[in-house]
Amino acid sequence: MSTTHDHPHAHHPDHHLPSNYYEKLTTAVIEILVEKKMFRAEEVQRAIEKMEERLPDRGARMVARAWIDPEFKKRMLADGSAAMRELDMDPGDMLLTAVENTPQVHNVIVCTLCSCYPRMLMGPPPAWYKSRPYRARVVREPRKVLAEFGLQLGDDVTIRVHDSSADLRYVVLPMRPAGTEDWSEERLASIVTRDSMVGVADVRLTAP
Amino acid sequence: MSFAAGEHVRVRAMFPMGHVRTPFYVRGKAGVIERVVGRFDNPEQLAYGRSGDKKMLYRVRFAQRDVFPDTPSANDTIDVEIYEHWLEKA
Amino acid sequence: MSFKLPHDLGGEAAGPVDRSEHASAFWEQRVDAIRELTRAAKLDGEPLIRVDEMRRTIEGFGTEAYEGLSYYEKWIRAMTSLLLEKGVITTEELGNKLAEIDARESGT
Repeated sequence: MSTTHDHPHAHHPDHHLPSNYYEKLTTAVIEILVEKKMFRAEEVQRAIEKMEERLPDRGARMVARAWIDPEFKKRMLADGSAAMRELDMDPGDMLLTAVENTPQVHNVIVCTLCSCYPRMLMGPPPAWYKSRPYRARVVREPRKVLAEFGLQLGDDVTIRVHDSSADLRYVVLPMRPAGTEDWSEERLASIVTRDSMVGVADVRLTAP
Repeated sequence: MSFAAGEHVRVRAMFPMGHVRTPFYVRGKAGVIERVVGRFDNPEQLAYGRSGDKKMLYRVRFAQRDVFPDTPSANDTIDVEIYEHWLEKA
Repeated sequence: MSFKLPHDLGGEAAGPVDRSEHASAFWEQRVDAIRELTRAAKLDGEPLIRVDEMRRTIEGFGTEAYEGLSYYEKWIRAMTSLLLEKGVITTEELGNKLAEIDARESGT
């Protein structure tokens, strides 16, 4: 794995620090805090492992369950964190708020101020979600941004952009595609993409 | 000030420096309370290492054309969570 | 009369969204881990570092650093700054530790 950056440009020339300074700084901070008994070294590894378990397939499980079970869907829309606990997933302090797509309404999530995202459900956000172009443009020209992601919506569809500015964390409940009426929950979960739960895509039966 | 779902509100056109979670693009704009979210510790104070006063948080729904008048859309909306001290009756 | 910081991006002009994705580097996962652990740890009964403090620190970096540093560079820089501010670590400890890491990595 390379030392990657979330932006395509080289460092600004005024930043003289070698690109691996921050990598070493990370190690330094961990080692000092462990020496000071703020936490143990094993806890760092465990935190990483727990984060690796939080993947979009967890959100997909919730979506598939909501598609199959209308009562679960009601509960998920009323309280997403409680719905997570029903599926043995720990939301921690997160206040998960599900927003439902319908033929008339399409939801899309952003955090214009930083990068708030339902991490406790789905893990870390993709780099584009944290990027300037997405954060700047999706509130202002959502249709153009969604078109860049390959999603065209008619004028008869209302777009709701949710800017996660405070304590709520959002997940989109996408529409169930036609032709899946007799599918198992597991098969349904396998077609729910992370992008559809952020709202930059719909769930399709064929890959775009 | 407290508000109920459905009330028309305006975001105060205040511009303090410091840590605020009311995005610049909604300052001075009018919207509708979509829901009362609940009381939370004020992040503007937590940001400075202090405990925060409990403040009521509201979800406010803005018509996109009221926030960005050059938008081609008639019906698209933007929902933002905003603390009580940033809101006034519209 | 208004005031806007570089992180407050909603509505700003920007180019196309770069949709390319890559796995996080291991050090970046460690930054996420420190963020979780410092939020959970306590100093005098209070959270060691609140996420609000981290955000505030990043917001205060100024445009050049805000735009020039990567996401994880910003977070580790903010956390380190806060740990120094709170007196949890000193610059001397940090300097010594970084030198130790350098020596370790160069095999001396």
